[in-house]
Amino acid sequence: METSLTASQDEQLKIVIVGHVDHGKSTFVGRLFYDTGSLPEGKYEQLVAIAQRRGVPFEFANLMDGLQAERDQNITIDTAQIWFRTPKRQYVIIDAPGHKEFLKNMITGAAHADASLLLIDANEGVQEQSRRHGYLLHLLGIQQVVVLVNKMDLKNHDESVFRSIETEYRAFLKQIHVEPKTFIPISAKNGDNIASHSSNMPWHKGATVLQALDEFKVPPLPTHLSLRFPIQDVYRFDHRRILAGRIESGSLKVGDRLYFWPSGKSSVVNTIERWNAPSSLVAGAGESIGVTLAEQIFVERGQVACLESSPPCMTREFSANVFWMGRTPLQIGKKYKIKLTTQEIECEVKSIEKVIDASTLSETKEKREHVARNDVAELTLRARLPLALDDHMRIAETGRFVIVDDREVSGGGITTHILYETRVAQPVSENITWLQTEVSVSERASRNSHYGAVIWLTGLSGSGKSTIATSLERELFNRGMQAYVLDGDNLRYGLNANLGFSPEDRSENIRRAAEVAKLFADAGFIVITSLISPFRSDRARAREIMTEGQVRFYEIHIDCPLETCEKRDPKKLYAKARAGEIKGFTGISSPYEVPEKPDLVLHTAQETASESVAGILDYLLQTARISDTDYEI
Amino acid sequence: MNHLDILENQSIFILREAFNKFENLAMLWSIGKDSTVLLWLARKAFFGHVPFPLVHVDTTYKIASMIEYRDQLVKEWNLQLVVGKNERVLREGQTFPQGKATRVECCGMLKKDGLKEVLEKHKFTGVIVGVRRDEDPTRAKERYFSPRDKNMEWNVTDQPPELWDQFKTDFEPGTHIRIHPLLHWTELNVWEYIEREKMPVIPLYFANEKGERYRSLGCAPCTFPIKSHARTVPEIIAELRQTNTSERSGRAQDKESEDAFEKLRRDGYM
Ligand SMILES: Nc1nc2c(ncn2[C@@H]2O[C@H](COP(=O)(O)OP(=O)(O)OP(=O)(O)O)[C@@H](O)[C@H]2O)c(=O)[nH]1
Ligand SMILES: [Mg+2]
Repeated sequence: METSLTASQDEQLKIVIVGHVDHGKSTFVGRLFYDTGSLPEGKYEQLVAIAQRRGVPFEFANLMDGLQAERDQNITIDTAQIWFRTPKRQYVIIDAPGHKEFLKNMITGAAHADASLLLIDANEGVQEQSRRHGYLLHLLGIQQVVVLVNKMDLKNHDESVFRSIETEYRAFLKQIHVEPKTFIPISAKNGDNIASHSSNMPWHKGATVLQALDEFKVPPLPTHLSLRFPIQDVYRFDHRRILAGRIESGSLKVGDRLYFWPSGKSSVVNTIERWNAPSSLVAGAGESIGVTLAEQIFVERGQVACLESSPPCMTREFSANVFWMGRTPLQIGKKYKIKLTTQEIECEVKSIEKVIDASTLSETKEKREHVARNDVAELTLRARLPLALDDHMRIAETGRFVIVDDREVSGGGITTHILYETRVAQPVSENITWLQTEVSVSERASRNSHYGAVIWLTGLSGSGKSTIATSLERELFNRGMQAYVLDGDNLRYGLNANLGFSPEDRSENIRRAAEVAKLFADAGFIVITSLISPFRSDRARAREIMTEGQVRFYEIHIDCPLETCEKRDPKKLYAKARAGEIKGFTGISSPYEVPEKPDLVLHTAQETASESVAGILDYLLQTARISDTDYEI
Repeated sequence: MNHLDILENQSIFILREAFNKFENLAMLWSIGKDSTVLLWLARKAFFGHVPFPLVHVDTTYKIASMIEYRDQLVKEWNLQLVVGKNERVLREGQTFPQGKATRVECCGMLKKDGLKEVLEKHKFTGVIVGVRRDEDPTRAKERYFSPRDKNMEWNVTDQPPELWDQFKTDFEPGTHIRIHPLLHWTELNVWEYIEREKMPVIPLYFANEKGERYRSLGCAPCTFPIKSHARTVPEIIAELRQTNTSERSGRAQDKESEDAFEKLRRDGYM
């Protein structure tokens, strides 16, 4: 037994055990543990005793088949993981189910693996899932495969049976360009050729399973590839804005200029943040870190930071190989959600080039409209907005994705034939620079006797935003101030006429309103925006846009109970929404996210409109001192 | 990166996903070594902060020094603590060993039902739990993001696929998701990490004068110490490298029937 203190300092390799149902995968794992003395004390005796009590034969598979339903039916339902060590290193053994019904669980297990053992029953030979699993290993990017021909005891340990299975399966793997490391004849039940060479098969001169395991290599982290740092979240802790994420490939260092895709904005790494860890000026693939930037730009989850020299491909449309696990088939034209790194975007299948039955490799010749469960397809996907991605062959981490159908992860895929030359977008900052005119912000402020600002009113439809915005504009104007209302509906007449009311369009509507408000404020105006803006994330983005443009921003919540708004219903929209004529209506069929830290809240159900306006004026002039031009911004 | 760095970075990634995806997120904190390592990882992920409340389901049978230790860390680390308790069964005296409940039933009422009450009261939709795959065969089948239905039940025979660190983050109203950032750690890894980070742990894990220590902490009536002379973290690590018995061997409720623990977990236990 290992005792040295460095025993588990070494590497870990994850192995998935796959193959057709009942070919002996779980039995093999149980036996491997038994033969290498890896079972916890008393475990074997316990399993034997349980089998006796239930009056069923003892099965080594019961070690892995941890669910009662699995032991009752002698079948693996879900994948399980167990730890195992050899003198060389530690292994995570991932047992996968072989039944077609549980393919999604097999994929879950295999997607976590570095290498695979694929079992084939000598008696039954190559079966449907033997081939499908082989194909899926290939799609999942698992290149190291050893094939175990099991249950040799049922075939009198006959070499010719082993050879013919080897020949058949080798030919299959060759078609999908997989080169197996070796084939080993075993009996999981009796432990032949697992931990030691079996005298039942003296003709087998190759490795035992244990030896073959130690031959596998741990795939290196992709540190040598181009930098891909997808942003997971942006935190504001201790007065610093920290971009958090995991470096998927490559490395970055303090002082590097990062380009954020798809936006194309750039900034320089100021610090690399870690907590209770040795500080370092570099970070590489696999590290979950934070960075702060030298210049504050707006970055949000889903942006991928890269170096200038090696941008990703930016595209809305791309080809991919997809495997489908969904209850209902994948269909052309239907809306799905794609998740690629931390990017999440609505997408649809534009065309299906080829559908393959992964168990036979036969393809359907006619053009198909859908991909059935357990099938694999070559297809073209079209996303609503550009994605930053890579060819799977180039950078696997940014070249794979899942497809969500109605809350369920239903498919997985890898990108293929990505054309970088034609589709790489240019950084916004390459050819475009912000023109700084001669009239300065403070000159405008001293002429107007106030700085520009954005007063962001948010609240339900009918809460009183427009009424308050209009009176407030009048009050400010009467005081000699430059004030202007940006109303949501007004914007939709022109600038935003091409936007609908889907969540994405609503969010784009708000982004544009915020950008326009920023320009007005830059021109010296006090802008009062009147948009429902129901989502925190959209309002946070508006705030970011103002921060970036150095514009003062006040978020004011026009708070009014839904019942009151619905009673008022000035535009008769609630009635329509209730009747189902308007979909995704805030308050009825779409949520309103109450501001967490608004600068001011007005309760329009309890006070008159003029009281509300007085309250807001009081706040703006007294507390926020918007007309105080000495105020530093 | 060594093996602890790999484990740590993966856990941080998962914690940050959870924080991004769940408005009403909480973390269960049993004061034991695992959930305390989890708490430490949260501070790593959020740069010294813990931006969600910790839920401690108080069975009132916890060993007294655990509660003292809890309150001390809450102060030191500036934590938000929510305590859940199943007052009714405690008041009615139904619990093991005085009441009529078996060990398993008692666990169900005090922990599972206690948890259910807190989740409902605070409307938590994401709950971070420090379970590990190597603890027992049903946990070996867990997902990182594991849905629980309206009754907190775990549908073990139909779990969502999980690949390439894309998790199930879309869920029906009324259901919640358990998030398991420590799933891929082993008991040994936990101690190696405690040693590397010089993290504080509750002294109950260290051997006393009688040569006994706790390997897993639960309620006093159902948790028994093991024979050990390990008085420091490196000694515990050395002991674990030698040992061949399972971690929950000192937990009596697991042994009442073959699938006792599986049943508890399917019904919503951690
Ligand atoms: N004779 C013989 N029987 C075996 C051998 N290996 C496994 N079996 C038997 O084959 C049956 C199925 O074994 P399992 O280990 O449950 O098969 P599995 O591949 O894990 O099945 P699933 O996980 O459900 O796909 C059991 O009854 C085993 O006892 C072997 O080497 N020889
Ligand atoms: Mg099995």
